[in-house]
Amino acid sequence: MVKFNIKNLNIWFGQIHALKSVNVEIEANEILSIIGPSNSGKTSFLRMLNRLNDLHPEFKMSGWLEFDNEDIRKINIEDLRKRVGMVFALPLPLPLSIFDNIAYGVKMHGLKRRERVSEIVERSLKQAYLWDEVKDRLDVSAFKLSGGQQQRLCIARTLAVEPEVILFDEPCSGLDPISTAKVEEAMLKLKKDYTIVLVTNNVKQAARVGDRTAFFLSGELVELDKTEKIFTAPADQRTDGYIRGKFG
Amino acid sequence: MAIRKIKEFAIEKLILICGLASIFFVVLIFLFLTKEGLSVFKTVTPFSFLFGKSWYPISEPAQLGILPLICGSLLVTLGAAIISIPIGVACAVYIAEIAPGKIKEILKAGIELLAAIPSVVLGFIGMVTLVPWVKTTFNLPTGLTALSGSIILAFMAMPTIVSIAEDALYSVPKSYKEGAFALGATHWQTIYRVLLPAASSGIVAAVMLGIGRVIGETMAVMMITGNAAVIPQSILVPVRTLTATIAAEMGEAVVGSEHYFALFAVGIVLFIISFIINVTADLFLHKRKF
Repeated sequence: MVKFNIKNLNIWFGQIHALKSVNVEIEANEILSIIGPSNSGKTSFLRMLNRLNDLHPEFKMSGWLEFDNEDIRKINIEDLRKRVGMVFALPLPLPLSIFDNIAYGVKMHGLKRRERVSEIVERSLKQAYLWDEVKDRLDVSAFKLSGGQQQRLCIARTLAVEPEVILFDEPCSGLDPISTAKVEEAMLKLKKDYTIVLVTNNVKQAARVGDRTAFFLSGELVELDKTEKIFTAPADQRTDGYIRGKFG
Repeated sequence: MAIRKIKEFAIEKLILICGLASIFFVVLIFLFLTKEGLSVFKTVTPFSFLFGKSWYPISEPAQLGILPLICGSLLVTLGAAIISIPIGVACAVYIAEIAPGKIKEILKAGIELLAAIPSVVLGFIGMVTLVPWVKTTFNLPTGLTALSGSIILAFMAMPTIVSIAEDALYSVPKSYKEGAFALGATHWQTIYRVLLPAASSGIVAAVMLGIGRVIGETMAVMMITGNAAVIPQSILVPVRTLTATIAAEMGEAVVGSEHYFALFAVGIVLFIISFIINVTADLFLHKRKF
């Protein structure tokens, strides 16, 4: 099943042409990794999928972007963002306790019953592989957690509102290798129930977790294929050069 | 080489002296105030001064109880706070979050202009427009009431509250906002549950500084609150504030008299109140989150 169907997508921020005629289909329950140097448009692409680019005052787009066969501009924006969750590069806990950080989004979407909220908090923390580390101290400030734990807390928070798709924007850029491994493990398990789009600067991470990998360069989608194919026999020279570390 | 060093040294010391000057003057003012003010306690006890119910400084013997003045100041300030805090904070939210570019600039300029109006002008406008309005609306014998004072002072507190609260809201990291939006929050939910709490210490500081401005204000209140030194039973009666008392009576008090010292003691009370408010504002402004 196709989750996102993107045809001939162009976007601009003022004079800057950030994405040029991009065509992508994102399948349900796959991990799509997106790699490319900085300024290649990979984050702008990701932020199209939950319309976070709309916050930019000079944002313009043309082309076709469908989510579950529905024009993304016709979907109520809050519903869209509930269904398409996002985890940011820097872990961004709110100045609240661990429990309240996760309960926050859930309550915002109208769920009030305390025991149901507790259930969701526990389930989300388990899915994000954080439950065992924090179950005895749910009421301490989220800032007391380590960077890796905070990032998994943010994943749990995203999961708590029961999205269908999770967008990861360089989720491990500030983490050590062990925390990175834990986040990657969580992602691989989550793929069963969710569609994942992962933007990463770490080429090896894309190779480890991605089912398919897309390579962006200067706002163009250069190549999109099965991860093994991209990393063993890329069709485009530029992809080959980037993966081998010749530039970027 | 040596000349450069001497120059450096001289400039450094000069700046140091300038820096110390402000503290020096504050200390000097405070010392003078205490020296003059404390003399009043030779004739009245601090308790009967602070909690005495009547202020008749020129009767024989003089009655020097400033409770009516404290109540007057607090009532006018409270009224001004109730009016200016919701409007001021809402205005700050509108400017920082909602207003499109052009309107934002116009509003900010307007707020700055409001801050630039001399208090005597505000008092004068209040006297000819607000006071008659209060009189007829509430059907009172006089429109010179605590309410009139509160309304005019609310205008004076507003610029401080709006500009500092707007700064606080503006300096909330953009990522907080994006995080809330990415969870599917509406704009209002983001403002109410993320931006306002994250900016809360700055907003409290803004409110405190606004109140500090109100409590120290003299001219406008003297013109429109009626200046009756009685403990107010409602907000619709004339009151007299600490500041107005000093301004109105200092000219006629005989230097070295009991009345004269009492006015200085009122100054000390005022000084302490503003000091507490400013320190509280400072604490909130520099509070580290969590």
